[in-house]
Amino acid sequence: MFESPTIAEFLAESNLVSTLPGTLLLAWTLLLVIVDLFVDEERQHWTPILACLGLGISFVANIGVYSPAEGERVALYGMFIADAFTGFLNFVILVATLIAVLMSRDYLKRAGIHRGEYYVLALISSAGAMFMVGANDLIMVFVALELLSIPLYILAAFRSIKNDGSDLALKSEESGMKYFILGAFSSAFLVFGAALIYGATGTTNIPQIFDMVGGIVGGTSSATFYLLVGTALLIVGLGFKVAVVPFHMWTPDVYEGAPTPVTAFMSVTAKIGGFAALLRVLITGLSVLALADGDAVAWQATATIIAILTLVLGNFVAISQRNLKRMLAYSSIAHAGYIMVAVAAAGSANVIDAATQGALVYMLAYMFTNLGAFAVVMTIEREDGSGGNIDDISGLAQSRPLLAMAMAIFMLSLTGVPLTAGFVGKFMIFSAAVQAGLFGLAVIGVLTSVVSAFYYIRVVVNMYLRDGAGELHPPLDTHYVRWAINIALAGTLVFGIFYPLATNLVSMVSIA
Amino acid sequence: MDVTGLSLTTITLFLPLIGLAILAFMNGETQKSNLKWVAFVTSLVTFVASVVMWINFDPSSAELQMAQRNTWAEISLGESVINVSYFVGVDGISMLLVLLTTFIMPIAILGSFGSHIFEERGREKLYYIFLMLLEWSMIGVFVVHDLIIFYVFWEVTLVPMYFLIGIWGAEERIYAAVKFFLYTMAGSILMLIAILYVGNRSGTFSTYSAGGDVGVIEMVQNFDGEGTYWDALGPDGEGEDAGFLLDSVESFLFLGFLVAFAIKVPIFPFHSWLPDAHVQAPTAGSVILAGVLLKMGTYGIVRFNLNLFPEATVAWAPTIAFLGVVGIIYGAWVSYAQDNVKKLVAYSSVSHLGFVVLGIFALNSQGLQGATLQMVNHGISTGGLFLIVGMLYERWHTKEMADYGGIWKVMPLFGAISLVISLSSMGLPGLNGFIGEFTILLGSLGSDYLGFAFTLFGTLGVILAAVYLLKMFQHVFMGDLKKPLADEAGYTLTWYEKAAYIPIIIMVFWMGLQPIVFFNLLDVSVDKIVAMFVG
Repeated sequence: MFESPTIAEFLAESNLVSTLPGTLLLAWTLLLVIVDLFVDEERQHWTPILACLGLGISFVANIGVYSPAEGERVALYGMFIADAFTGFLNFVILVATLIAVLMSRDYLKRAGIHRGEYYVLALISSAGAMFMVGANDLIMVFVALELLSIPLYILAAFRSIKNDGSDLALKSEESGMKYFILGAFSSAFLVFGAALIYGATGTTNIPQIFDMVGGIVGGTSSATFYLLVGTALLIVGLGFKVAVVPFHMWTPDVYEGAPTPVTAFMSVTAKIGGFAALLRVLITGLSVLALADGDAVAWQATATIIAILTLVLGNFVAISQRNLKRMLAYSSIAHAGYIMVAVAAAGSANVIDAATQGALVYMLAYMFTNLGAFAVVMTIEREDGSGGNIDDISGLAQSRPLLAMAMAIFMLSLTGVPLTAGFVGKFMIFSAAVQAGLFGLAVIGVLTSVVSAFYYIRVVVNMYLRDGAGELHPPLDTHYVRWAINIALAGTLVFGIFYPLATNLVSMVSIA
Repeated sequence: MDVTGLSLTTITLFLPLIGLAILAFMNGETQKSNLKWVAFVTSLVTFVASVVMWINFDPSSAELQMAQRNTWAEISLGESVINVSYFVGVDGISMLLVLLTTFIMPIAILGSFGSHIFEERGREKLYYIFLMLLEWSMIGVFVVHDLIIFYVFWEVTLVPMYFLIGIWGAEERIYAAVKFFLYTMAGSILMLIAILYVGNRSGTFSTYSAGGDVGVIEMVQNFDGEGTYWDALGPDGEGEDAGFLLDSVESFLFLGFLVAFAIKVPIFPFHSWLPDAHVQAPTAGSVILAGVLLKMGTYGIVRFNLNLFPEATVAWAPTIAFLGVVGIIYGAWVSYAQDNVKKLVAYSSVSHLGFVVLGIFALNSQGLQGATLQMVNHGISTGGLFLIVGMLYERWHTKEMADYGGIWKVMPLFGAISLVISLSSMGLPGLNGFIGEFTILLGSLGSDYLGFAFTLFGTLGVILAAVYLLKMFQHVFMGDLKKPLADEAGYTLTWYEKAAYIPIIIMVFWMGLQPIVFFNLLDVSVDKIVAMFVG
């Protein structure tokens, strides 16, 4: 007779322990929903503190679960894999969420939309990203992606809960709506792609797909066709999430309309989740998908073209932006392009590990730097949302020397100047591209970073070399934001100056 | 060779950072008058440290001396692991350029002691912090022997110079600063690709051998197979030719490095950033830019292009030497046409560094020794000329030559100093400039790779130098005094101005009269490089 398993058996079989960082965060968040109901008006600041505590618990769990000695373990009946890749990206996601939460509290108060739900949604999204980086099954990829995205749709529209008919509220509403419709659209692509791959291989489990692909590509069956179309649709679906050209159209509007801390948060976590799934599916599942024996992997050319388009468009369009948030939005498209360079390089069998590690280090560097830059932009924005233009930061070095210094370092890091984390990321990615023989891509990559220097340096020019319009910027930052900036700055410099730290952290990563 | 202990080179390299740290903790307002002293003393201590290095330096050895190598990061690439290491040390060429750097730095700082620019722009603390950062990164460029760390130092020099021009420069400073940053970054970023390729194919980023690991330069020099080392490695490590852009991998890599260096030098036609940067930079910025920063380019060519890509060097030598000669003539010509005295000196750099390029690509020992010495000479004399221009500007607040005249009458000492430095710059025998240019021309005449015409047109440059420098001297110092100063006290040189010139004048005569001291330093190191090209 069929017997229902005991709890101990269930735990042992499902290996739930390995998913603890994500599950603990989710559990904590669900508690937080309830706790938040009973927190009274005067003690509202407890919700973000409790949220940070939850992130801390998850962080500790992450350290406990992913000690390098443990190797990789499969959990949730093959749906989830706990390896160095997952552990490292969990770390990045948790730090990103922490910085975003620290940024948010102050902003929400200023905007008059301080609600506990905000933190709950951010944490759920963060947990979604953590499941996404560990997803070992196409179904898991989809479920985690939705868990990541749906809270983000709400967060993007969060400003409209105070419906005062202001321009900001409207823009935020538009942002959320746009993001939701296009996000749902892209999810459909992803699911259809997954379905086709399932049709071709008979499984949704990524390592099993790998086993099947080898037998299919040699043959003449229509399965090859389904596999190729399925892969293409997967790339489209995930390409939307990470905002690479030509699937980037939604980005500038959504980024500009959403509340600034939300923009910062989603420009990092959604990209990390998306790229993690992309790397996992393409490398672990489809790394032998070639049209003929001896050919390069079928998706390498696609990834190369996407990378080139993204780099060129993202960087060149960012030049003409006057609004800092919009500029950072386009520049975040460009940065997706750099990670895409690593994805393309991973198409060559001998550089898979180097490329994966490069992508991870880049995400780490991008996380610190981009969040820091957004935090600075947030502190100089006025309450009505104005003041975020490039001219508004003129003379910042005089009025707020430390803030200006932090921003200058973030800009140099985004450019990829040595001694900042950005350089380490670019160095590893281009190194992988050169190793893979993609010289043209590497050259375009470095040349577009000169283009990016043009608009990043303009920010520094305005802060340091021009005088302010006369009126000093009122100090809009509290110690929460200052902590956010400090953490981001420390990460940018520490990982930039001691770059063995970053390379050692990822040296265990291998998902091939 | 002890390769892991703390070496003198490391100590010299990091002294400026100690000064930077002290400055960072000082209060920019209450301790304003002490800031410059901290910077000055730091640069002086660094100079003493580099002199101690010189005393410890054994000129008869071709090995890297006072070397130190510690593994810094391990990067996995495919199946192999490449070490990035902190690898410093000096040979004769590095030693001379480190000495130049530490020599120019205190002079540049003295040159900003009385500057009026701080009354207008303030931020003195930041100014000296950037100078310290600049000194650290410039010494770094000359002493590191790991390609990645070299690139790091190379790029880091951009940041402080960018701010020095941008914050404390003249009216068009923002345009000049941005142009400087983007132009030089665009050049050097391609070098990164070349560096990554070299590292990936050779399996190491170290250029010299140390502690049992063979460096890239030794790999290239000891290669005895068919074709060149890089072609043999091929794009896939299987001996295939690259088949894109150029017909040889080596040429491609050679150009990747060369463009970065050519922009920095600057070799004609990559010079257009230089007049802007020079004219807009504050005095100390111009002195350092002309004195040291430009030499990073020529040093890079000698260290990397010649050593790593000997075949491509031979193939490209006439072309680049031709550009060098064009630079000599063009620079001199344009310099003569200037009415702005600072621009005149700036273009003279293009001309003088044309000589250096010509000397390098003569690819023999006279040419290379002369070129290295000329780097130092140019640093000293053009640095001195920029100091002169700076002091004129502090007093008369104009850079137009038409506004000056008759200054010798009211400032006899200043006039005499300026005359000596101008004469040194135009290559009068007995002064330092002559030695460098003469040796370079000798080298180009005896070169296996360059024809007689190179020497002929090069010599023309020496005459043209006399033309534009005498024009400057005549307009500024001779004739009648056009604009008397309101305050007669302005005619006397302050103690720090005199102090800045004394070492320059000493070096002008010392190097001119006893060049053997400096040639000795270079002999063996240069021979090691040209051994690949001669015979």
